[in-house]
Amino acid sequence: MEWLTVFFSDLQSSYPALWHGFSITLKVLVFATVGGILIGTLLALMRLSSIKIFNLFAQSYINLFRSIPLLLVLMWFYFAVPFIYTGITGKYLSIDTALVSSIVAFMLFEAAYFAEIVRAGIQSIPKGQSAAAAALGMSYSQSMRFIILPQAFRKMTPLLLQQSIILFQDSTMVYAIGLLDFFRTTYVRGDLMALLTQYILFAGLVYFSFSLLATFLVKKLQQRLRV
Amino acid sequence: MTQPLMIDIQNISKWYGDFQVLTDCNTQIRQGEVVVVCGPSGSGKSTLIKTVNGLEPFQQGDIVVNGLALKDPKTNLNQLRSRVGMVFQHFELFPHLSIQENLTIAQVKVLGRSQDEALKKGLAYLDRVGLSQHAKKYPAELSGGQQQRVAIARALCMDPIAMLFDEPTSALDPEMINEVLDVMVELAKDGMTMMCVTHEMGFARQVAHRIIFMDQGKIIEDCSKEEFFNTQRSERAQHFLEKILH
Repeated sequence: MEWLTVFFSDLQSSYPALWHGFSITLKVLVFATVGGILIGTLLALMRLSSIKIFNLFAQSYINLFRSIPLLLVLMWFYFAVPFIYTGITGKYLSIDTALVSSIVAFMLFEAAYFAEIVRAGIQSIPKGQSAAAAALGMSYSQSMRFIILPQAFRKMTPLLLQQSIILFQDSTMVYAIGLLDFFRTTYVRGDLMALLTQYILFAGLVYFSFSLLATFLVKKLQQRLRV
Repeated sequence: MTQPLMIDIQNISKWYGDFQVLTDCNTQIRQGEVVVVCGPSGSGKSTLIKTVNGLEPFQQGDIVVNGLALKDPKTNLNQLRSRVGMVFQHFELFPHLSIQENLTIAQVKVLGRSQDEALKKGLAYLDRVGLSQHAKKYPAELSGGQQQRVAIARALCMDPIAMLFDEPTSALDPEMINEVLDVMVELAKDGMTMMCVTHEMGFARQVAHRIIFMDQGKIIEDCSKEEFFNTQRSERAQHFLEKILH
């Protein structure tokens, strides 16, 4: 069991780096989830709109992002974000390109998936609810904001969280553009210390534990919301 | 003495694709009048009542509510709807909001009233329908009859110039129908302009001024209550009445 004791003593000294990596993973997760749901909601509203051009745009967007591998989207944004930034502002990007482009890529990519969840959620609210809101004189946006979306989000919360658990796992793909998230940090450390197998096993265990715990909590929440 | 015209339905026709749901419907409702619309299912009565506040679009004709024409592009449809109360078959209370929030949300967001003012008014109407002790509850905690009474109170909070009822009792258990009808009778006696789609002929006898009978998207009868119940003119209406009067 020497390989384990060596690993554990190294883990203690690598703790700050791993924690930093984990905070990067969380940053990507939180920003992409929140931004993805916001953009996804907008897309869902466009998709359900009777205005043809909105509908067409949302449909194309959703089809496009659901038909491209995530890895490619990540790489595109890694190269495109600084390029576009410089194009617009004329300045060079001084921020962490890998982090920002990862967040943007995940946000836009996940938005396509969130959009379909939100759309189904809106459609699950009985028509009578929007009729009642309209009969009280509410405009379309008031009816959406105060009546339809609050009910839809209550129904959708478990599905949205489930999607963000998938996002949590998929966020490991940022290794392709060199972002030091949790997984890449463990990988680099393991490689450096010749403890690669142990570190990758450890990373797997961490992702597994968090995902399983989150799934369990979502199930609990789902049961609670059903009552 | 003739009261001013409140709802003027002028030759309304409506199609779903090739299927014509309403054919040349024509009727006028004056202020303070209570009009009951009846007819077999699929006769277009619910569709007709929903055209009055623009919930159902129509292709031909026009409706003038309190001087505002629905087809006039200058008419603010939301503003018009906020002044015409509507009660639905399935109540349509907002399940994520408490009873008092159900009563106040449109007052605050649509009419721009203050929260205090809206709540005061909401609770007053809730008291009037006999449910003041339920203000903090959620719709799912109330019975169907209670929910429908809240729905009526919610509509009244907007100070409507007229009330539309779309089969307000047909989703209710028999023992709950009367509590809702009682509220409606009281409202009618207070002089509210009402257009009610209902099969409750007892209610019609008690408070209606006029009865409209519809079949296959057409208004077949449009006459005073006395005329309708005493002298049957159309065979179709007679047949219908025999079926629903016991």
